[in-house]
Amino acid sequence: MDDISIVLCGEAGQGVETIEEILTKVLKSSRYNIFATREYMSRIRGGINSTEIRVSPKPVRAYVDRIDLLFAFSNKSLDHLKERISEKTLIFGDKEVIGELQNVIDVPILKTAKNVGSVIYSNTVTAGLISALLNVSEYELRNFIKKYFERKGEEILKKNLEAVSEGFKLAKELIDSGINIKVKKSDDLSRDIGKDILFSGTEAVALGSLAGGCNFISGYPMSPATGVISFMASHSKEFEIIAEQSEDEISAINMAIGSWYAGGRGMTTTSGGGFALMEEGVSLAGMTETPVVIHIGQRPGPATGLPTRTEQGDLNLALYAGHGDFARVILAPGTLEDSFYLSKYAFSLADKYQVPVFILTDQYLLNSQYNIQSLDYNKYPTKKYVVKTEKDYQRYLFTKTGVSPRGIPGFGEGLVIQTGNEHEEIGHTTENATLRKNMVEKRYYEKLNQLKNEVIYPELLGGKAYKYLLIGWGSTRCIVEEALKEIKEPKLGFLHFKQVYPLPREMMGYLINAQKLIVIENNASAQFANLIKMETGFEIKNKILKYNGRCFSVEEVVTRIKEILED
Amino acid sequence: MEAKDYDVRKVDISWCPGCGNFSILRILKETFAELGIRPEDLAVVSGIGQSSKTPHYFKTNTFHSLHGRALPIATAVKAINPNLTVIAEGGDGDMYGEGGNHLLHAIRRNPDITNIIHDNMVYGLTKGQASPTTMLGVKTTLQVNGVILEPFNPIAFAIALNASFVARAFVGDIEKTKEILKKAINHKGYAIIDLFQPCPSYNKIQTYEWFKNNTYYLEETYNPNDRIEAFKRSLETEKLPLGIFYVNQRKTFEENIGLYENNKDPISFRERNQQIITEFIDSKMR
Repeated sequence: MDDISIVLCGEAGQGVETIEEILTKVLKSSRYNIFATREYMSRIRGGINSTEIRVSPKPVRAYVDRIDLLFAFSNKSLDHLKERISEKTLIFGDKEVIGELQNVIDVPILKTAKNVGSVIYSNTVTAGLISALLNVSEYELRNFIKKYFERKGEEILKKNLEAVSEGFKLAKELIDSGINIKVKKSDDLSRDIGKDILFSGTEAVALGSLAGGCNFISGYPMSPATGVISFMASHSKEFEIIAEQSEDEISAINMAIGSWYAGGRGMTTTSGGGFALMEEGVSLAGMTETPVVIHIGQRPGPATGLPTRTEQGDLNLALYAGHGDFARVILAPGTLEDSFYLSKYAFSLADKYQVPVFILTDQYLLNSQYNIQSLDYNKYPTKKYVVKTEKDYQRYLFTKTGVSPRGIPGFGEGLVIQTGNEHEEIGHTTENATLRKNMVEKRYYEKLNQLKNEVIYPELLGGKAYKYLLIGWGSTRCIVEEALKEIKEPKLGFLHFKQVYPLPREMMGYLINAQKLIVIENNASAQFANLIKMETGFEIKNKILKYNGRCFSVEEVVTRIKEILED
Repeated sequence: MEAKDYDVRKVDISWCPGCGNFSILRILKETFAELGIRPEDLAVVSGIGQSSKTPHYFKTNTFHSLHGRALPIATAVKAINPNLTVIAEGGDGDMYGEGGNHLLHAIRRNPDITNIIHDNMVYGLTKGQASPTTMLGVKTTLQVNGVILEPFNPIAFAIALNASFVARAFVGDIEKTKEILKKAINHKGYAIIDLFQPCPSYNKIQTYEWFKNNTYYLEETYNPNDRIEAFKRSLETEKLPLGIFYVNQRKTFEENIGLYENNKDPISFRERNQQIITEFIDSKMR
């Protein structure tokens, strides 16, 4: 088998996340390529959630529907996943927990855990069981468990090590009964996969932001974007970052703006519903030309929508947020590397042009993790643009580029005067019509023009001499990329945008070369295709859209592309 | 420093003749001069309204922001650069109405900033509607049958939330107001000053005369550390007390952040070594 897809399915509070955490790390150190993602209900306890872990000799970075091994921890698991279970799926479950079910291989996990000392050891028993089935050495897992439970005290560590051994014994019984799971370890002999970086979209955004010099983050908790601020809060001391939970999203964005005004590099993290409350803040940043970085982890709306699920439905919101005309940038990473790089880049870009910069991710990307070889820390070097002010400093001085040198209070002899009202160069309010016109042009046309000079171009994947061209943005990237490999159509290209606004000036050039254009988006209205139409007049008629709150799967993309190509 | 050091040349002040804001402007300039705070070291963040225009009329770093939003901005400014003296300024509509939630949580968060609220019990900029502090029964162009909402009592509210410094002043008494303001600015922690001011254009009830007749100063022997007594006094309505109601020294937001204990440099001026990111990833993620 090339790669296998393992799915763990249970209720919230059953510890599936712990098993995922142990397995992904241990499997990676055992030189497997790993991809993991999860889908879950908006519940603290109960409900039914699942985690997919792909284990492969080759790098894997996308969600598949296929399930090779299913570990069912609840009697609801099989029903929850019925559309993904095939005849080839091996289903493991504990009769004592999920009851007598057809086609389920009984594994007495609960009884084993109880024998070790408590039901809570079920997680470690399962981790041991799966590791053993995948040919991970017991030594390797024990070493990991030692580190993992080190701080929990000797007794707990001892019990967990015992649970590991019991898990291995359970696996041996299964193997002896004829169950044989073969999956190759990494076939890349040039490097040790075990030394790869393994992190999630959430961690990539947080670490990228820190690399970009972020030293202030404010946010109001909202799935799926909270992880970024939680990560920073847990490492606040070592990175010297202020991480503050604000009273509401309005406060969050205003705090972030305030931090930039005083010389910091602030961001806020939220989802669409929270961002809706931040709109006037975006407008304030636009008018006062204060940089700000806004991370939106998209989830399905409108209103509360599906709090824990995924969608690419907030592009329009980010694009049009805030009253009045002013320039902005919207970045939408498609890989974990880009989640790091673009989050880093967002801060220098915001600083340079004094505009709001959006990082648009979604639940799928934030909750996905896979191993990557390395990061290029020299990419998008962190630059700062604050100037020391002179006595006669003017915050909104007209310049050729539309960008005025930005001073901060307490650094130099000048005064930094900002206002959300229309203003003169010095920063005091005005109603002068000529000044108004010039200031609008400065904030909108001139900056936008500069930003277009720095556009990150889309990446052309698949067939370079394409006849058919797929267009996508953000988190769908790796799913489509894997689908292309399966379709094997040399005339099919995939143009992936990691900057969705502003678009490159040469946009038409990509479009006119294709006989058939297909847009793929995780939303209902093809928001990006509409943006392309608005910017170029070019209408993309073929649309692969999905808006049931779930991410695309590789299989589904393959089928839907084929349908359009054959049409 | 002298008050004139804060003068701005060529300024077109948009307040009505006789507005209490003129006195507040003078009070502010004299207070900062007497405290020796240079305009460059001062940051005044304001919201929207006639009062929020004040920082345009004297020399200071200014962030004239959005309606009700001065407090979150001011909080972040102080946190990222504690060397600045930070003032959040606005009116009764701005701070008590639009910004009410921020007020509540600024008191809880306790940043070392001074919050000055020009309280004229009416909306000026939007021309005479009721504000959160307008008295019951007062008729306006919008509250045509008179105000039916219970007036907001900022002093009782702040004391109930255990605010760090709670005071009320009246612009008609420049010296006393300066004295209170100086104590508020020197106080370490969040300080709220509800500053009574008349609005000659839209408030025909609360005139200079009215404030004089309906206020009194808390006596010399009054103990501002007694929260229960402070709360009692804050509820008085027959005559409204002026002065410092309550002082409660507690840890400021900047102290609680935990990043200034061993290093006093403002966060805004600290450089992050890229290597700590690399090392973090190499040690924790590999």
